[in-house]
Amino acid sequence: MQIELRNIRKYFGPVKANDGIDLTFEGGKIYGLLGENGAGKSTLMKILSGYQPQDAGEILFDGQLQNFSSPADALEKGIGMLYQDPLDVPAFSVKDNYLLGRDRRFVLNYQVASQELEEMTGRFNFQLDLQTTIDNLSLGERQQLELARLLVGGAQVLILDEPTTGISTEQKEVLFGSMRKLAREEGKTLILVSHKLEEVQELCDHAMVLQKGKLVGENEVPCSNETLVEMMFGRIPERSERPDAKFGDTVLELVDVQVPTYRLTIKNINLSIQKGEIFGLAGLEGSGQRLLLQACAGLLHPDHGKIMLSGQDVSGWSYHRMQNAGVGYAAAGRLEEGLVAGLTLEEHVELAKPKHSFFINRKELYKETETKIEQFQVVGSPVTKADELSGGNQQRLLFALLRDNLKLILLEHPTRGLDVRSANWIWEQLYLRREAGTAIIFMSADLDELFERSDRIAVFSGGVMSRILETKETSVDEIGHLIGGQA
Amino acid sequence: MDSSPLILTLASIVLASTPLIIAVCGEIITERSGIVNLSLDGSMLMAAMMGFIVALETGSIWFGFLAGMAVGALFAFIVAFGSIRLRQSQFAIGFVLTLLGDDLSAFLGQNYTRIPGPMVTHYPIPVLKDIPIIGPIFFNQDIVVYFAFILVAITWFWLFRTQPGLRLRSAGDRPEAGFARGVNINFQRYLYTIVGGALVGLAGASYSLNIKIGWSEGITRGLGWIALAIVIFGGWSPIRGMFGALLFGATKALATYLQRTFPEVSVVAFNAIPWVLMILVLLLVGSDFTERLVTIAPKSLQKPLQRLLRISPPQALGSTFVED
Amino acid sequence: MNSGRWMRWVWPAVPIVGALVVTSLLLVAFGAAPLEAFQAMYDGAFGDQSKTLSVLAFWIPLLLASTGLLITFRAGLWNIGIEGQIVMGAIAASWVALSLNAPAVILIPLEILAAMLAGGLWAGLSAVLKTRGKVHEIFSGLALNSIAIIFTNYLISGPWQPPEGGTFRGTAPFQPNALLPLYENSRFSPLSLVLAIIAFILVVIALQGTFWGLKLKAIGQNLRSAFLLGVSSEREMILAMVFCGALAGLGGAVRTLSWFDSLRQSISGGIGFMALLVVMLSNYRIFLVPPIAFFFSMVLNGSITLQLRTQLHSSLGGILTELMVLFVILFGDWTKLGFSRKKEDDG
Repeated sequence: MQIELRNIRKYFGPVKANDGIDLTFEGGKIYGLLGENGAGKSTLMKILSGYQPQDAGEILFDGQLQNFSSPADALEKGIGMLYQDPLDVPAFSVKDNYLLGRDRRFVLNYQVASQELEEMTGRFNFQLDLQTTIDNLSLGERQQLELARLLVGGAQVLILDEPTTGISTEQKEVLFGSMRKLAREEGKTLILVSHKLEEVQELCDHAMVLQKGKLVGENEVPCSNETLVEMMFGRIPERSERPDAKFGDTVLELVDVQVPTYRLTIKNINLSIQKGEIFGLAGLEGSGQRLLLQACAGLLHPDHGKIMLSGQDVSGWSYHRMQNAGVGYAAAGRLEEGLVAGLTLEEHVELAKPKHSFFINRKELYKETETKIEQFQVVGSPVTKADELSGGNQQRLLFALLRDNLKLILLEHPTRGLDVRSANWIWEQLYLRREAGTAIIFMSADLDELFERSDRIAVFSGGVMSRILETKETSVDEIGHLIGGQA
Repeated sequence: MDSSPLILTLASIVLASTPLIIAVCGEIITERSGIVNLSLDGSMLMAAMMGFIVALETGSIWFGFLAGMAVGALFAFIVAFGSIRLRQSQFAIGFVLTLLGDDLSAFLGQNYTRIPGPMVTHYPIPVLKDIPIIGPIFFNQDIVVYFAFILVAITWFWLFRTQPGLRLRSAGDRPEAGFARGVNINFQRYLYTIVGGALVGLAGASYSLNIKIGWSEGITRGLGWIALAIVIFGGWSPIRGMFGALLFGATKALATYLQRTFPEVSVVAFNAIPWVLMILVLLLVGSDFTERLVTIAPKSLQKPLQRLLRISPPQALGSTFVED
Repeated sequence: MNSGRWMRWVWPAVPIVGALVVTSLLLVAFGAAPLEAFQAMYDGAFGDQSKTLSVLAFWIPLLLASTGLLITFRAGLWNIGIEGQIVMGAIAASWVALSLNAPAVILIPLEILAAMLAGGLWAGLSAVLKTRGKVHEIFSGLALNSIAIIFTNYLISGPWQPPEGGTFRGTAPFQPNALLPLYENSRFSPLSLVLAIIAFILVVIALQGTFWGLKLKAIGQNLRSAFLLGVSSEREMILAMVFCGALAGLGGAVRTLSWFDSLRQSISGGIGFMALLVVMLSNYRIFLVPPIAFFFSMVLNGSITLQLRTQLHSSLGGILTELMVLFVILFGDWTKLGFSRKKEDDG
């Protein structure tokens, strides 16, 4: 079956997630869909799999126009998508989950379910316990089940969204083996959405790269990584001269740290940050940088290794204790994890103060807030509510709320969604902090930013941290490779 | 002679537990779809009143039951509509409706208090009723009682062995997954909230038409809250809910019995047991005690134990689902 | 644009008027004249001095409970357990009244203290079950309500039964020293009014003017962000519940020591649930609470006369207030009804 996407457009307000994309997929091949976060891969695939409708453009199967009303409808017509977090029901048993929406039969037929599942798992060498519930399975096993379900449901085209994040190497081998079988032996079309260049090289026949909602390049695979990296990240940025800063004593040290979570575990983290240093974390979403930041903030705790702040072991310290010890943290989700939508600016300022008096002195607070507003150039008044601010101003507010004289500032995506002027201004503030001796660790998806601002960079890929690079001595290529998963 | 006091007591427990069993089944269906119908107590009062009045005026018990079901369905519909379409708090709406149902039933029923009315006819099942012990307890009852137990079986079967049941449960457990499989989540929620509400109404009507014949202000007061509690500590399962209802009826009967035998000791405390139980069970659900318990148990018992002790609520209970 | 602003002013009255209309229709269906009924209610509330004083006396515990609920609602909590907190307060006050023999100057403060302590602890129990045990406060509240009522019945029919034998209605009347001084022949205690006013002012200050009140506001709106900003949600939630429980307990003491003269079976008279309705109807706006509570008191007390005069059941008052709350909840937010021009565009 040949799939053609013509001029697909999808807008979310002013954001052009898909800005006129033309793609063609042939049967029997494995395609790799690459691109940074925000490039539009997920949106496009959600459209193709029937989860959401496009704003403009057509989808054609073998020349015939298609219109999907729902993912189930799309599956009936032959397209199925395996999500990074599989859309299964954790509370259901394996068989119930398999049977949900499968057919119109009234009574559930567990025997048929068992038969079909066993046949599927046999075909691809999945080792699954069919007698248990979904929430007892690992992520890799849940993926296998979803795959089985989609295939039985008649999928000729399978889209897999970042399937190898969070599964074991053995499970990955099994998955790749099944993908090859489906394409070569059964003529199905597979689309692998991934940022791991190595895997794309290993598995795919053809790679397509999206950037900022448009298709920017295609290539036969295997090819050189540089080709792919250049397509994904664009031109190599101008390297600006950053003033050499004087570093002080070690303020943060991570020794052999391991932080486990359901989806991902970061291991063997060894890091030493000095006062006044700016340390950048590169890597695409879900690779582990965020976990590192949260561990340093006390939001997550390592189950192995030590975290030391100014020589003191703080591995088990709570977030509030770290806050009081001089660690500041600003999350990426401004309204979800940092600001309270219905509260005003001055209320935020009051909440963020390290020391409080019992009564709130409204007059003083107003003046204080006005000062901060001026200092941080927030467009708003002390009585404006947080959700009434624009994204850029929300970020400035988050900055304004950071305490003074911090030892360490941890930032997730400090300039995401900001225009150049605002971003520059934020960094000027951070430079001021750094001169005062604060260490800064930040994560960003913007390679330019990482290059220009960091003294040193580490790259996360699949939960693994690369060796630490001196910014002066590395290049975009190297970073790109590391992001792609080559140590 | 199989009418010993114990047998008779047990039979009366079964009879008295019937409204609870029916209401619990109804609310389980509603909550499994993702909606909490906090108006149960008020619904049951309204249904008891309406059921009785309609049955009295029309001379037909069955119209009475229908009226009760209609009232229950209406209350449930208001909760569903207010929550899904108007996006207001399910809790707030349900709570006001509970109080409204109480007052409204008192007002509308004011001319019908303490009037004798039609009652469901006794219908012992031949042959079965002569089985020793079980016979007189379960098969010497009336049609509503038989319905209650059949309802438990039907509810269980519907929820866990049918495709519609899977769709229903997906709406309450993980709506996104249901949506991806072609389930219309809001439709499921409307449908089963109304069905559940109708059953709750049926339960209320069965009280005034079968248990305490006639209407008086507040006769079923408290039953709705207890039903909500039983849904939780029965783990949203109809069979366990049935046992919960029976247990509740038994503790009440036990309390009355003890009160008669030991008048000095105030055994009003027995009434507190279901509530203490509920808190304890909720604590269990919140902690990982059950998981730890299962890991300690012998391997062969682990799976069935896990299924037995699974007391977690539908994950999406109380939340709204917005399609893309 | 003009219609938008006009709507915002006019719309809030629509659900209220709607409730009045539906209630009137109900009356008509029963063959009664609505105006006559409302007149009867009004007379029942303000007809003579003793009636007006009754309205005041009923208003106080309701106001106390509602004031307490302002605290818990601010923190995002559904304190359904308020009924039980009122009851426990009443029980504690009764315990002091029945156990101690002392002049009123000593007894009354002790009773008040005991009541606030009991109510506060009972609420604290719900709070700890929530923070430590993840038990939702609605269900622990329901359970603790029932347990408190059962406890009351136990006391009345058991250790505290009146000497003539238990009628299960209430204990024997308390010694005069234990009761709150009443104004003339009514059930109204001026002292309780003073306490209620003080409580209300304190709560207003706490919620609007203290750092703690701000913390509650943050918790109630976004628990995660509040946490990241440095607010310890566990502690604040517990405190919020405890303070609410204390005020509720005080309301219970007022009920048992002025409205009644003993501990009764339904000592709270549904005031706890009513208080929830009051706060919901006020849309959580602090200064609307006292007048709305007063309105509730007026309607409910007036309904008694309604029953006497027109043979219509006194529950009509409850119906009116509950319909108001229902309609306000359902239809009060006109933006959600699809009238506004705002397009819901989230990406």
